[in-house]
Amino acid sequence: MTALNPASSQNSNQAPHIVVVGNGMVGHHFVEQLKAQSPEAKITVLCGEPRLAYDRVHLSEYFTGKSAEELSLTSERAYQDLNVDYVLNAWVDNIDKAAKSVSIKQGATYHYDKLILATGSYPFVPPIPGHDQPHCLVYRTIEDLEQIEASAKQSKVGVVVGGGLLGLEAANALKQAGLETHVVEFAPQLMAVQVDAGGGKVLKDKIEALGVKVHTSKATQLIEKGESCRFRMCFQGDDYLETDMILFSAGIRPSDQLARDFGLAIGERGGIVINDYCQTSDENIYAIGECALWDNKIFGLVAPGYTMARAAVSHLSGGDTKFEGADMSTKLKLMGVEVGSIGDAHARTPDSMSYVYENQPKGVYKKIVVDSSETKLLGAVLIGDTSEYDTLLQYCLNEIELPEQPEALILPSSEGAAPALGADALPDAAIICSCHNVSKGDIIEAVDLGNTELSAVKSCTKASTGCGGCAALLKNVFDSELTKRGVEVNTDICEHFAYSRQELYHLIQVNEIKTFDELLEQHGKGLGCEICKPAVGSILASVWNDFVLKPEHVALQDTNDTYLGNMQKDGTYSIVPRVAGGEITPEKLILLGEVARDYKLYSKITGGQRIDLFGARVEQLPEIWQKLIDGGFETGHAYAKALRTVKSCVGSTWCRYGVQDSVTQAIDLENRYKGLRAPHKIKFAVSGCTRECAEAQGKDIGVIATENGWNLYVCGNGGMKPRHADLFATDLDDETLVKYIDRVLMFYVKTADRLQRTSTWMENMEGGLDYLKQVVIEDSLGICESLEAQMQHIADSYQCEWKTTIENEQSRKRFRQFVNSPEADKQIIFVQERDQIRPATPAEKEELA
Amino acid sequence: MSSAVLEESPVSSATENTWLEVCKMDDLVLNSGVCALVNDESVALFTQKVAGELKVFALSGFDPVGKANVISRGLLGSKGDTLFVASPLYKQRYCLETGKCLDDESLSLKSFTSKLENDSVFIKLA
Repeated sequence: MTALNPASSQNSNQAPHIVVVGNGMVGHHFVEQLKAQSPEAKITVLCGEPRLAYDRVHLSEYFTGKSAEELSLTSERAYQDLNVDYVLNAWVDNIDKAAKSVSIKQGATYHYDKLILATGSYPFVPPIPGHDQPHCLVYRTIEDLEQIEASAKQSKVGVVVGGGLLGLEAANALKQAGLETHVVEFAPQLMAVQVDAGGGKVLKDKIEALGVKVHTSKATQLIEKGESCRFRMCFQGDDYLETDMILFSAGIRPSDQLARDFGLAIGERGGIVINDYCQTSDENIYAIGECALWDNKIFGLVAPGYTMARAAVSHLSGGDTKFEGADMSTKLKLMGVEVGSIGDAHARTPDSMSYVYENQPKGVYKKIVVDSSETKLLGAVLIGDTSEYDTLLQYCLNEIELPEQPEALILPSSEGAAPALGADALPDAAIICSCHNVSKGDIIEAVDLGNTELSAVKSCTKASTGCGGCAALLKNVFDSELTKRGVEVNTDICEHFAYSRQELYHLIQVNEIKTFDELLEQHGKGLGCEICKPAVGSILASVWNDFVLKPEHVALQDTNDTYLGNMQKDGTYSIVPRVAGGEITPEKLILLGEVARDYKLYSKITGGQRIDLFGARVEQLPEIWQKLIDGGFETGHAYAKALRTVKSCVGSTWCRYGVQDSVTQAIDLENRYKGLRAPHKIKFAVSGCTRECAEAQGKDIGVIATENGWNLYVCGNGGMKPRHADLFATDLDDETLVKYIDRVLMFYVKTADRLQRTSTWMENMEGGLDYLKQVVIEDSLGICESLEAQMQHIADSYQCEWKTTIENEQSRKRFRQFVNSPEADKQIIFVQERDQIRPATPAEKEELA
Repeated sequence: MSSAVLEESPVSSATENTWLEVCKMDDLVLNSGVCALVNDESVALFTQKVAGELKVFALSGFDPVGKANVISRGLLGSKGDTLFVASPLYKQRYCLETGKCLDDESLSLKSFTSKLENDSVFIKLA
């Protein structure tokens, strides 16, 4: 190889070696894109952090319980599978442009054919005297978060310096950590980059209403020892503020030192200069993301970084995709406050004009900026309600001609219907998902390829899998394309009923249908099947809450419901009594032990904090349950599509960190909702503090204690397809908590599809979380009263099905192995393993026969 | 009631071609199944009301896929005009008349001719 001749490569027959410095979100995106483009690409990633790429956008979720693993975007295993070499903790300290090699601090040197700098940015810390001491921190990496967490444990008051987007995210983190939180901003308003003064004012009011104190127009001069707290921040004038910890979030600076040191062109105010292909002043070196300077601009958002990564990948692969700047519009939620900013939010375009709508009582501010001819949208600011964001963004990006009265776009619909921009009005080139650069045309193509499920379109285009902000718009486009193709989605539950589950529910409730036969006669055909029978059985139970083993219902139940136990692979059943909240007395533990011993049952602790006894023969079930009920147990509904358990941590009664009595709350909730039949099983958990030991955010209903009450999370799931629950409402008192759970669950029971867990129910709900909030919190459908009444009916009519069964001679008769013989089933054979029984394998059975 | 004829003799020859009283009518559960022991084998008995008429069916109670005596605990249903029971373990559907599996041609359950008479349930051991 001659270093001076870049055309010749030492391994001309091999794929060029690409070295990527930095493995943040953009560096990782580059790796993914390049591997997707050319799987044979030879890539080495030099990652400065001790772990591979993670989701920095959602960093504050670390404080609501997301672990570093959950935030990660990839794993070492995934990189190994992709055949990507990587070095962690690798700080590059030398670039030899002539030899085309980079060296890291640890000493290793790597030859490159192409070098990609994705070094990102670092937080700017203003040079205030006293800024450089313990408990003065920044907010960028997971290590920063660990330090913040540690510092917060020794602090009562926290200050964030900087009221921009990141600063408010950081303030949210401090608030989540339970600190009295302040935001100190040098400018006269919050989010001065994205939001105009009017919007900034409304935003400040909203943030303060959430208990964060905002101090604007404050320049910190000195950080000194405090009197009531660890530090005193002295402002210009005589003003001061005392705090135990300080988080600096006063903007970012490009991490361009490496490029500076080794002679790449750097902008006047920093940033590695790049062209439209993301090449730096050295053609073999590219820069992408927040370290790069294009047209004298730094792009501090993830979407433009991704676009740069794609441009660089394209150029490396001989393509011609250019980076041509990026739309910096954003929509986000800061501490639950919706904020949207589009294009020229400050109306800086000459001759532009603005329309403003402000609703102080509701804390809503909306502004649109239009050009002098009032035909094009230039920008917008939305605070408190971003429901028009998608429509406005499409007007702006695609230069769609505005309606006659542009103000209608932001006025509440009662004052003149807002002309919603239908999916049809968008050109094919319109970008629907800016995180993954998916256009309307891409979605049409995916539909044309036969993807008639929204989830399939999502997984093949990646649309709406980034920030998710485009979910509603994506669904609009998708639905409109399906309709155009005349695709009618058949929602019939089965051949016997030409109705969806929701429609059947409605028929049963409104026409007061009490049995399957009535329903079949009036609205169905045939005899029913294994699909519709259990579904209707479940609906009947949800609506009327009759005993499920009544003669008219018994034939509808799956075997698990019929025998009130879970059938195992050998035809035996398992027994799971309710242990509300996981709290159990020694007497009850002993009884369970005695029953398990006497009947030789295999015993195992379940994930829901109760005890499962396996291997009971059908004829033993009533006897066993008789003993359990006599000892104070009741059925645990482990066999039913119903409430299973409410898991809890030990809470404030014993735990020194607990802030509320999570056990009592869990027991109360379990007792309220036990026996509720639903489209699928339902799991709850209650945690006594933000440490979240009960793992409530992986449950259908999660409750987490706060200093002031309870935070409610909904629609989480573990299992096959884990889903992090959505924060639904904060700081609720006991009564409101129950009221909201009543409504959410009943609405789920009423509207979900058969066998649809709350997580998929939520994911398929048009309007998503916001819609559910409108229904449940604002009562937008006017049904809350009836939802609560129905739940109350279920609670009032609860019965332990096992108690009813053993008291009823006819029901007990069902639990005979053979109707004509007292013999046991000889096919059921157990062998011993670790001092307990287990079903014999076929081979073992043969041996024993 | 079932017209299926078994090719092999399922039980001892002493009972060939005889009607055997298995149980009483009220041992059955309407539109559902129960299990009986016949010559040491499990037999699933089902009753289903079809157009007002009560019908009874008898199939082998052994699930050839799950390898357990659970067929009697399956849900009954209809596919077009075919009545079936769905195994409670892995959900294969078997025709109540013939025992043939609707989901997998290679599978079938033994079926028995059966009748209701004088409040008793009889099956024919072919």
